[in-house]
Amino acid sequence: MLQIIIIILAVAFILYTILGGADFGAGILEIFAGRRGERTVSKAIAPVWEANHVWLILAIVIIFTGFPLVYATLSLSLHIPLMVVLIGIVLRGTAFTFRYYDVSPDKTHKYFTSFFEISSFITPFFLGITLGAMILGDIPPDNAGSFSERFILPWFNLFCVAMGLFTIAIFGYIAAVFLTGEAKNTPEQRKYSRLSKIFLSSTFAMGLLVFLSAEYNNRHLLADFFGSVLCIISFSLVILLIPVIFYLVNHPKTIYLRIAIGAQVALIIFGWFAMQFPVIIFEKGGTHLTFYNTQAPYATLYQLFIALIVGLILIVPCFYFLFKVFKGSDE
Amino acid sequence: MEDLLAARLQMALSLGFHIVFACIGIAMPVFMAFSEWRWLRTGRQAYLDVAKAWSKGVAIFFAVGAVSGTVLSFELGLLFPEFMKHAGPIIGMPFSWEGTAFFVEAIALGVFLYGWKKLNKWVHWISGIVVGISGIMSGIFVVAANSWMNSPTGFVWKDGKATEIDPVAAMFNDAWFSQALHMTLAAFVATAFAVAGVHAFLLIKNRKIEFHKTALKIALSFGAVAAILQPLSGDISAKDVAKRQPAKLAALEAHYKTSTHAGFVFGGIPNNKTEQVDYAIHVPGLLSYLAHGDFNAEVIGLDKFPKEERPPVVITHVAFQIMILSGCLLALAGLLFIIFSTRWKNILSKKWWLVFIAWLTPIGFIAVEAGWTVTETGRQPWIIYGVMKTKDAVSTMPGLQYSFYSIMAVYVLLTIIIIWLMRKHIARLQTDYPSAKIETE
Repeated sequence: MLQIIIIILAVAFILYTILGGADFGAGILEIFAGRRGERTVSKAIAPVWEANHVWLILAIVIIFTGFPLVYATLSLSLHIPLMVVLIGIVLRGTAFTFRYYDVSPDKTHKYFTSFFEISSFITPFFLGITLGAMILGDIPPDNAGSFSERFILPWFNLFCVAMGLFTIAIFGYIAAVFLTGEAKNTPEQRKYSRLSKIFLSSTFAMGLLVFLSAEYNNRHLLADFFGSVLCIISFSLVILLIPVIFYLVNHPKTIYLRIAIGAQVALIIFGWFAMQFPVIIFEKGGTHLTFYNTQAPYATLYQLFIALIVGLILIVPCFYFLFKVFKGSDE
Repeated sequence: MEDLLAARLQMALSLGFHIVFACIGIAMPVFMAFSEWRWLRTGRQAYLDVAKAWSKGVAIFFAVGAVSGTVLSFELGLLFPEFMKHAGPIIGMPFSWEGTAFFVEAIALGVFLYGWKKLNKWVHWISGIVVGISGIMSGIFVVAANSWMNSPTGFVWKDGKATEIDPVAAMFNDAWFSQALHMTLAAFVATAFAVAGVHAFLLIKNRKIEFHKTALKIALSFGAVAAILQPLSGDISAKDVAKRQPAKLAALEAHYKTSTHAGFVFGGIPNNKTEQVDYAIHVPGLLSYLAHGDFNAEVIGLDKFPKEERPPVVITHVAFQIMILSGCLLALAGLLFIIFSTRWKNILSKKWWLVFIAWLTPIGFIAVEAGWTVTETGRQPWIIYGVMKTKDAVSTMPGLQYSFYSIMAVYVLLTIIIIWLMRKHIARLQTDYPSAKIETE
């Protein structure tokens, strides 16, 4: 049962990265590719963005119900970056909706767009920083120490910044690949296919930076990486998928392209999971928070399990229907 | 600013902001689906126009509701980590159900808003029904978590830790039914009267616009029924609070001294020094009756509680009076609407009536905010009633006021933008919808 809850949490995390990532990424691409793609972006995101972001809420609910100590530690030690993430989520979602639903666009449209783009950039950056802080292991156990040791240094360092940049790059990459399939005409499609390649290269570069900066911050991620067979296999598959995606963005077969990018992102996250399982948060001094030492009592996990299974039975067909209605046929 | 105060203010602000959008998200889908159903049955253009115009507004409100709800799910931990550490496993269950219901709502709303052209009419209508049901469900589930804070069950508190956790018992706590009923009705009352008020206001200038008349009629009909039922549900709540949270009841009625044949205090300002309520009207015996169904029953006063365990009396009492007054006013309006519309066919064309309804626009939401103030402030100093104090649950991070200021800035900005966008939306109605055209005779 615990295993299934962990799997559902991982799936929610992967889906949020892919779907939410594509949403954030679309905003990031607007910054780099100019605003001419705005209509494509808006049309692609509008019907689905709220549903996409519910995966984050699902993940949070699983964590605070099933692994309460993890949630309490995260929200105490990483208060500052999480606050920024929250404000980013609010500004981004509302700016997007305001811009899309404004019945008579005028000068303010420009401001909504700026808010949308800036928050699309900052939110993933701080999401990455938060994730980085969980991996790095500078969070003091029992929240002891000076103000900066407790609330600043765990996330304000080279490694976490690298993780933030990596998150931005990969979200941009996911969005570019998705939008290749959404593009309405050849020049636009070419633009996104070019962006896919640029962002893939940056993702790769930022990935390297993550590993290098980890060594710099005394976190021997490479050793962990080579210590996990599953991790090596999944990252090898990620690399093998690169030429496939390069081929597919030039010869758009939307469905295969999406499967390929989905698989690639899922494998990256799976590899990361495999590398650090069962640890969720690394803490200073080696008392790490794991799925096992933070799990809620049996009765709670059992109820959570039932709620999740019933929830998925309800949600999955609805989600399928939503995507079928809006993504299936191009009018 | 003290950290505890900052955390409480931020939570109050976030809840107070979110609840407006949550109410709209609960009630509006039902109104839209109703209007669409009338259109499917009668084929009258106005019904379709109203459903469509409303759905455009709802898209904006729903987005704000979704993101401000996300904020809350994080803030519970960001502001009160110690609370969530213990409460998470106990009340996680209603949150997981709420998550599911909200998920379905978000998906169905996506289908409803964007599927006008792509779907069969009846399939589209069903998606609206699904939005309505899942919206109501998610509200009911999330209230279970709050009612548990008022009526904590399903665990044994031992040595500062919860043991023998029973999430099912926690979810089906004693306060759930009365609170969920009161909140769901409140969502309908507040939204209905706000919507009715806006359409009434627009009708005052030109009383022939079919669009606004149709919208007003739907909103007022729902609002009237809900507003008349609300005092009954309030009575259930009052009796429940009297039983489980005597300190809260004493605070909301500023009932300082335990007594039999206790009087109901209308209005006034409680004075904590003299333990009297200044400028108030007293109705002897009524409080005993309302709380226990007997004019001579004993009502526990604040004197039974040590000073440090009393809720802030002034805020609780004043908020309670505001809620009662607003609720009664709306119930009266609902009753009058039902009486008048059976007597006169053209009540919706009478100027005095439209002016009256237009004035009522904010009253429902004022009642909702006041009601939440009552239930949250009335529980203080506890975060989990009788188990954990709010001051022991608050985050140990210094400088929480900066979190509060930033959230406040964001929400103030959003409020201004939303009002402005709604004004634009209304200004465009007559160009976008045939039935909203002003007829020139």
